[in-house]
Amino acid sequence: MNKIVKNLAAATALAALLAPFAQADEPVRGGTLVTVLGSNVRNLNSAVQSGIVTGFPGAQLFASPLRYDENWEPQPYLAESWTTSEDGLTVTLNLVKNAQFHDGTPLTSEDVAFSVDVIKANHPFKSMFAPVESVDTPDAHTAVLNLSKPHPALMLAMSGQLMSIIPKHIYGDGEITDVKTHVRNNENVVGSGPFKLTEFKNGEHVILERFDDFFIEGRPYLDKIVMRIITDPAARAIAYENGELHMGAFESLPRIINRLKKVDGLTVTPDGYGAIGPIDWLAMNTAKGPLSDVRVRKAIAYAVDKNFIHKALMQGTAVDSTSGIHPDSPFYAAQEGYDVDLEKSAALLDEAGFPVKDGSRMSLTIDFGWPGVKPQVEYVKAALKKVNIDVEVRASADFPTWAKKMGTGDFDMSWDTVFNWGDPVIGVHRTYDSSNILKGVWSNTQSYSNARVDELMAMAAVETDDAKRKALYAEFQQIVADELPVYHTNTLPYHTVYNDKVGNPPLGIWGTSTPIDMTYLKE
Amino acid sequence: MASLQSLMMRILYAAILLIAVLVLNFSMMHMAPGDVADTISQSMGGADQELLDQIRADYGLDQPFLVQMGRYIGNVLQFDLGYSFFYNKPVTELILQRLPATLLLVFVAQILALFIGVILGVISARKPNGIASHFVTILALFGYSAPVFWTGILLLIGFSLKIQLFPVAGMRDVTIEGGFWVHFIDVARHMVLPVITLGSIFLALYSRLSRATMMEVLGSDYVRTAKAKGLTERQVVYKHALKNSLSPVITLAGLQFSAVISGAVLVEAVFSWPGLGTLAFQSIIARDTPTILGILFFSALVVIVGNLLTDLALRLVDPRVRSKG
Repeated sequence: MNKIVKNLAAATALAALLAPFAQADEPVRGGTLVTVLGSNVRNLNSAVQSGIVTGFPGAQLFASPLRYDENWEPQPYLAESWTTSEDGLTVTLNLVKNAQFHDGTPLTSEDVAFSVDVIKANHPFKSMFAPVESVDTPDAHTAVLNLSKPHPALMLAMSGQLMSIIPKHIYGDGEITDVKTHVRNNENVVGSGPFKLTEFKNGEHVILERFDDFFIEGRPYLDKIVMRIITDPAARAIAYENGELHMGAFESLPRIINRLKKVDGLTVTPDGYGAIGPIDWLAMNTAKGPLSDVRVRKAIAYAVDKNFIHKALMQGTAVDSTSGIHPDSPFYAAQEGYDVDLEKSAALLDEAGFPVKDGSRMSLTIDFGWPGVKPQVEYVKAALKKVNIDVEVRASADFPTWAKKMGTGDFDMSWDTVFNWGDPVIGVHRTYDSSNILKGVWSNTQSYSNARVDELMAMAAVETDDAKRKALYAEFQQIVADELPVYHTNTLPYHTVYNDKVGNPPLGIWGTSTPIDMTYLKE
Repeated sequence: MASLQSLMMRILYAAILLIAVLVLNFSMMHMAPGDVADTISQSMGGADQELLDQIRADYGLDQPFLVQMGRYIGNVLQFDLGYSFFYNKPVTELILQRLPATLLLVFVAQILALFIGVILGVISARKPNGIASHFVTILALFGYSAPVFWTGILLLIGFSLKIQLFPVAGMRDVTIEGGFWVHFIDVARHMVLPVITLGSIFLALYSRLSRATMMEVLGSDYVRTAKAKGLTERQVVYKHALKNSLSPVITLAGLQFSAVISGAVLVEAVFSWPGLGTLAFQSIIARDTPTILGILFFSALVVIVGNLLTDLALRLVDPRVRSKG
């Protein structure tokens, strides 16, 4: 055995000598990857639980029909091929024949149909599968999704963590809405993904091991993944530096990102978050007080210096974002934006009927959902002082306190971070759709309403021609950036950190909410 | 007889206290804006009204306040702490999973702080103007005023990063394999920095207090008598003075027990220690009422037991308490 290892090592060394460039691309089997989750996991079943913390283990445990490459092109995964009918009303998935669940049961089209039902009944993103009326299962390896209208967003919704195929023989033992609280969501989880669950200890770790009968021959490369739960970003940073962690994702604090960039042996990259699509913005309540006047909203945009936010607050880690769509998305159309101009701002406020009285034009409040964006909020207060707007910063004790204010419209302005979640239909429409003015955070909490915007979104949702769809979203972005229900300032700078031992880290479009069957450890 | 009666009274008071803890905390949790449905929707990246209503109905949050509280207290009286909204697990199971880690951390930190604190206090009391005494004063000032998370991060940078002696986070390394002693050493290595961080505050407190009481005792008549009898300095200090100076320190240690548990919340957060503190913190943010109330219930129990133990310890060192019953 030892001899073989030695020979192998010698061969590798020789190969390395002969082809120094090719060597880096040759994956190796084996090893334990130690990685990290930044907050506690509630649930490992990504069919009923969204969110990036569930997404990482979820995408290893469960497979989805498709996966995406870094150019936003769909690739076969559980579906070896797929076709969409001419009218866009039926989508046929041809499943791989050799897929099985971790308990040895073969995966069939029945499981696909069941999973769609479960996701429709339990997942918070209703728009993903709302047009899917039924799923036919003509044979064990063919699933036909019947749609009520063309639904191009379905492609992205069938990838990443959004469409986890879960086993009917395990989760189908009760009411379909009970899957949310199924006991097998946390223990003894059975999927068909590249890794199976070894141990999930709440607040401590999730441990996964290689599934030897995974349907893709020779994969995954890793034997084991240890996902440690470390909620303190400073502690995580030290663990990357001293080598305790091989890899981690979703790091967003500029100071820590810039510090880790200087560490030898670590790579820190913003690549790979296009479909997660996190963007920061200044939300403005269009249903309340002076902010219902678009001129006031524009005046605020002209007074807030984005440059300062990018350079001083984000310290160069974030990217400019000018519309509701993430800059990495194929649908992104950059808008001109609002270069800081205090005179124009003052003029707009005068015009809107808010002259300076006793040194002040108006008083507004600003909230923030998490402590990480407090500097932005303090900055807005200082910036608006220059155009004689008094701003009161309202701190919230914790997330639910803030969410209540947002959900009930009890706010003027707020700093917020919202995710695109793949196709605009899933994560973008909800903020601007006038039929989505609901109680509850991350709906159209700004009470924005524009008939043309509603119409554009409705058309884009069913448009199957890619170029036409892009044109519709371009017009949509132009109106939204002009009318400013939210002022888009920057991306949330999610970064992936990994050390030199890690080969092929997940840098596609889904962050770590994607199977890492191609990731390996060097040596 | 009298002591049995006083014990019964104590248990009765404890029971009343526990119910008061439950009622008060349940009301306070209810008054806080937002509920678990909001935080579940946060962890999912947003949810519509229908789903929120469904979650609230599932957990009985749509019922009137008094009905909810009545149900909960009724269940607790039957020793059922309920189901965690957020984790979908029995609260008792969640707590028992986390409690050992916290108790381990708290006990070790507390005992070490007490032991070292008393020694430092005695040393500095014997020579109030010596170098050792100034050292204790500075240590006390530093330990008491430095924020826990700052000390923690500083220790991490020093001893996990610059000198890579100790692991950064967690309680054990799941990648190592071996027998009991391998794991014992592993846990001990993980404990060093959190124990120092948590212990430093209490070390400061105990060393200051034992220094003060020791100085007072050393100036008392019976110590002078003992010296006059011709006993050695060592015998005077450790046999006569120390025993008498200990009782305020032990009383304080008992009182501090609850503070150690709350201090553990921060230490656990910095070192990702998988204990009750982290769970409590997360549950409050998640508005996971059953879990929070369960933790408070357990903490109250721990504090009550801690106080009883303090009482017993006092009886051991101070015969005056014993005779009073």
